[in-house]
Amino acid sequence: MTNRPRFTERPRAPQDPRVRAGRALRAVIVTVLALLFLLPFYLLVRNGLATEQDITAPDWTFFPRDLQWSNLTEVFDDPNLPMARALLNSTLIAVSTTVGTVLLASLAGYGLARIPYRHANLVFYAILGTLMVPAAVTFVPSFVLVSSLGWISTLRGLIVPTLFSAFACFMFRQYFLGFPRELEDAARVDGLGYWRTYWRIVVPNSRPVFAAVGTIVFIGAWNAFLWPLVIGQDRQSWTVQVALSTFTTAQNLNLHELFIAAAISIAPLVVVFVLLQRYIVAGVERSGIDD
Amino acid sequence: MWFWAFVGPFAIGLGLFTYVPLAWSVYLSFFDAHNTVTPTDFVGLDNYTAMLGDDAFVSSLGTFLLFTAFIVPATYVLSLGLALMVNRLRFAQAFFRSVFFLPTACSYVVAALIWKLSIFNGVRFGLANTVLGWFGADQTAWLSTTDPPWYWLVIVTVRLWLQAGFFMILFLAGLQRISPRLYEAAAVDGARPGWQTLRYITLPQLRATSVAVVLLLVINAFQAFDEFYNLMSDARGYPPYARPPLVYLYYTALGQEQNLGLGSAGAVILALIIAVATVVQARWFGLGRKED
Repeated sequence: MTNRPRFTERPRAPQDPRVRAGRALRAVIVTVLALLFLLPFYLLVRNGLATEQDITAPDWTFFPRDLQWSNLTEVFDDPNLPMARALLNSTLIAVSTTVGTVLLASLAGYGLARIPYRHANLVFYAILGTLMVPAAVTFVPSFVLVSSLGWISTLRGLIVPTLFSAFACFMFRQYFLGFPRELEDAARVDGLGYWRTYWRIVVPNSRPVFAAVGTIVFIGAWNAFLWPLVIGQDRQSWTVQVALSTFTTAQNLNLHELFIAAAISIAPLVVVFVLLQRYIVAGVERSGIDD
Repeated sequence: MWFWAFVGPFAIGLGLFTYVPLAWSVYLSFFDAHNTVTPTDFVGLDNYTAMLGDDAFVSSLGTFLLFTAFIVPATYVLSLGLALMVNRLRFAQAFFRSVFFLPTACSYVVAALIWKLSIFNGVRFGLANTVLGWFGADQTAWLSTTDPPWYWLVIVTVRLWLQAGFFMILFLAGLQRISPRLYEAAAVDGARPGWQTLRYITLPQLRATSVAVVLLLVINAFQAFDEFYNLMSDARGYPPYARPPLVYLYYTALGQEQNLGLGSAGAVILALIIAVATVVQARWFGLGRKED
């Protein structure tokens, strides 16, 4: 986005004081808003590294009075908060959901975009239709289905039903529709079938869209709450989100522990995010979500 | 058939985990199904009349409508405003875009924790009360004050913070697609930059983006669960106000009662309302219609 030429409203002389004042005002507003947007992240870390008295002191201070690095290890030793197990569960769920979703949805998206079939449009609308019904509305019946399969409190129950994302399929289809046909035609002339064309030509040339959809799916899986809350009924199957949530409603909560646990829970995502952010942005821009 | 080799696995899974549950839900909604998924006691429309006659469920629908009425315009204005400002920045554009987008990585659980226990804490400590205290204001119990409904401020701001950045990206993508020639032509015609160009060039050109954003915002608002659940419930239980339909269904179908028949009837009612709202909205905004 940054390397594209940007529009400037009217090439007025820079010394025009009204233009300069407007520009300065805008810079001030953006900076203030940015600080407000960053404040919650700061509070999370500030409280996570403070002492309990420091968090609940009536005379609240912006900087903690002393930093308590031992909070970082304390959170893993608390028998009431199965933090290590929850982190492991969240990682397993998020990674397998991402891999599975990207694989299934990209194949389906490619089939819908490129393989001629009489009823392809019908199939596409049947898939798109599930986007219109918010997924959360089906949580009661889905719970019913998963419980009748005997999958309550299992990783299977937490992962498998979430693998079929109509949104991911839609993103891939839109992207593959715009994929240069010449590349594929060359492969076809060389005698490659759909399968090998897909793996050898299309996938290696579509890394940005895989990264974009993968990141969005990973964030969604890591942050999911309702489904893990419903399915993860015993503590061994809690995800980080469920563990944190259970902890906030506990009788005697240790605030500093809760805050550092929450900070630990978002750390992996912030890293993923900072590394892959430009792909997410590009993916959202190119998916044609708003066309 | 190569088409089905590619699309088949996905389509079967989607059918199994979306269409089958929907059909099963409709089936269950006609039965007295307490704590069972294979009920035998057919009750016809009783679950539907019970649900629609239940003040708590009807008020939960009202909560949702009120929430939508707050959050959709607020997010729309904030994310469009951010996009317009970031788009015209001459320095550190990527930095500011990242900052506004970063909350997208945060979960409702974590955000609710920060809002509930740090910013809007009602007792002694808490950022909002500390700052207001500097101006001599009294302590406010943000989440348990119903008159005036201060808890709305908490519920709306947490969602604004979490989702505005994502929609800002959609608007930025839309802004990038507007041809500079349009602005040049407008300038030649004497349109003054600022309000006039926004009103007559930018907003009409963003129409397709706006339709998608509003649709996504309404669908997201219908799904509100995480922040209500995490902000409003505590060890003592759950207050009867500020309960959107999903939270209500959660407590009915999967809480103490385990009344899956009643819960399914509620889910079907909710699905129908959403379907009608989506279709009406699509017609209203002309979604899918080719641009003039």
